[in-house]
Amino acid sequence: MGLERAFADEPAFVPYLAAGDPNYEASLEYVEALARGGADAIELGLPFSEPIAEGKTIQNAIVRSLEAGMTPDRFFEFVEDLDVDVPLVCMTYYNLIYQYGGGEGPRPFVEKAAAVGIEGLVVPDLPGEEAGPLRTACDEFGLDLVFIVAPTTKGDRLERMLEQVSGYVYVQARLGVTGAREDVDDATEESLARLSDWDVPKAVGFGIKTGDHAERIVSAGADGVIVGSALVDIVAEGHENGDSTDTVADRLETKARELKDGALRGASERPQPERT
Amino acid sequence: MSTDDAHDPKFGEYGGQYVPEALMPAIEELTDAYQRYVLENEDGFMDEFRERLADFGGRPTPLQYADQLSARYDTDVYLKREDLLHGGAHKLNNALGQVLLAKYMGKERIIAETGAGQHGTATAMAAAHLDMPCEIYMGETDIARQRPNVFRMKINGSEVVPVTVGRGTLKEAISETMREWATTVENTHYVIGSIVGPHPFPKMVRDFQAVISEEAREQAIEKTGGLPDTVLACAGGGSNTMGTFAHFIEDTGVDLYAVEAGGSSLQVDEEEGVAPNSATLSTGDEGVLHGARTKLLQDSDGQIMESHSVSSGLDYAGVGPELAHLVDEDRVTPVNVDDDAALEAFHRLSQDEGIIPALETAHAFGYLEEHHDEVGDSVVINVSGRGDKDLEIAIEETSKRDLDIAPDMSIFDSVGRSPTSQSSGDEPRDSVGGGGL
Repeated sequence: MGLERAFADEPAFVPYLAAGDPNYEASLEYVEALARGGADAIELGLPFSEPIAEGKTIQNAIVRSLEAGMTPDRFFEFVEDLDVDVPLVCMTYYNLIYQYGGGEGPRPFVEKAAAVGIEGLVVPDLPGEEAGPLRTACDEFGLDLVFIVAPTTKGDRLERMLEQVSGYVYVQARLGVTGAREDVDDATEESLARLSDWDVPKAVGFGIKTGDHAERIVSAGADGVIVGSALVDIVAEGHENGDSTDTVADRLETKARELKDGALRGASERPQPERT
Repeated sequence: MSTDDAHDPKFGEYGGQYVPEALMPAIEELTDAYQRYVLENEDGFMDEFRERLADFGGRPTPLQYADQLSARYDTDVYLKREDLLHGGAHKLNNALGQVLLAKYMGKERIIAETGAGQHGTATAMAAAHLDMPCEIYMGETDIARQRPNVFRMKINGSEVVPVTVGRGTLKEAISETMREWATTVENTHYVIGSIVGPHPFPKMVRDFQAVISEEAREQAIEKTGGLPDTVLACAGGGSNTMGTFAHFIEDTGVDLYAVEAGGSSLQVDEEEGVAPNSATLSTGDEGVLHGARTKLLQDSDGQIMESHSVSSGLDYAGVGPELAHLVDEDRVTPVNVDDDAALEAFHRLSQDEGIIPALETAHAFGYLEEHHDEVGDSVVINVSGRGDKDLEIAIEETSKRDLDIAPDMSIFDSVGRSPTSQSSGDEPRDSVGGGGL
């Protein structure tokens, strides 16, 4: 059930794009291209003006999307207009969720998200300490609430988090902010080792850029890889060069396939399956 | 002052810890250090802090009777002279406290944000004084128009890191410093500049700034035999405000006014996402920004607005959660003063009392001019900072207006040079953040 099904048979490739980047129509094409390229679930960013967990690549995507008119209501229309058959996760910041309720807390946002087909939420500025009301609303409407495990999350914090996790855990591969990198950080393997006995899919994000990265991370025990900035870079470059929507969509599909294939290779290299 | 323990992250519904998970362990560590060193004086932390505030900072600052203003308003006006603190503003109280705490915690490096540069300069001074490496994140727009404070930070040995995203001002600088902290959190302390951000920052910064009201209250009793009827302080993020109010909170006979920047108008342009003011307590709505639930200038979707004030130290779309709570509890009254009235007050205090205030501070005096018949028989005003660095912007802004009180600057015409020929940027700001961040 829920988002866990995206990880059921094989390692999952979970791409991220900011919805509406660089505009509504092109962004629909781009998300659909990722699904064709092998995405098992898709994280859609609902842009917030102060994205404190994002690096420059996604900050710029958020600016493009906001300037093209993205709002929470347009985001929900966007999700309804999408023609994909994989689970969709909304990644946004808490103030947008909170304000959508017009004084009623996070419930109205979650209700609307569920109605348009969103199956989970990732909220980077909402640690477990503040997640109670959103957790309650997600439970009511059957959404998963995905928590981020950072390299600094250890001991008691890790234990408390296990009680709140649903769908999958977002394993932050390195300290810092989002952004494509040239290597895989050792912190990734240490984090996966700390979570090895958790019975919930572990998806690693932050810094993954190539199929080889995906391979290495899955072979180290991840159940999936989350890739954002490396894909947003393709959108940004196409936008700057004035490339056609079809051209950019093709590049995204190709990149998606590279990442998915890398993840599959990684699974075949594991000594033995971690999960039955 | 407010009684609350280190582990309660809330002020009523406000406050909390809305930050990325990667920062939470550091915030737990900081909360523990705040409890032990600040609240319990472990290892004599507070004794050392007080001693350094006295010897390095120059505390206590005087509570001065203002002869001319008292006569003008027919009420006793007392000035709490934070402008005489080392660095020229109240900012050092907090910066010195946090850099010292970072040392006690074994951190190896300091980062801080700054808008106009006054918190940055205070942090740079404290870091040099305590021999800690320091990097200050500052919007590129602010760097261009706050050159003197950039010089001061660099001369004190700090790195100044330009923030190029967004409009390149304080809001972006705070976001970027949080990102940097998320990267280097294991050995770095983030010295936040006001009573904003995630718990424990709002309480801790208040406690470091509370020395203002601790002194002022004692000094008022000593000089007048009693408490003032009213206490006034300007409010941006709110660190000088809470510092000035903290020890008067339980004196319910003392009226507390937080004077915000009314900018050019209290109206907002929702389409453009711009509020031409920073009157967050007066006009803002509840929301979550930079780690805390508080009052914000935001549009109906929850996107944060660009604020504006002639004084960049007040120019912020959020405000400290404790102030938001005290306003809801009717303990603090939020009021506001527009750019014009603040500029008039800047000149009046300079001419009548021989004190050139920061433009932030001038807002509090603008309120006194407009409402002096409502403040009772005695009033304490916090002179949160001096205005030396504001001179260029104050003259430029004055020249755009028809203020009777403005000094005659035609002397520059006779030497063939405009008094404002060196200023840059089409959206000028001052450079001493007497209030705010």
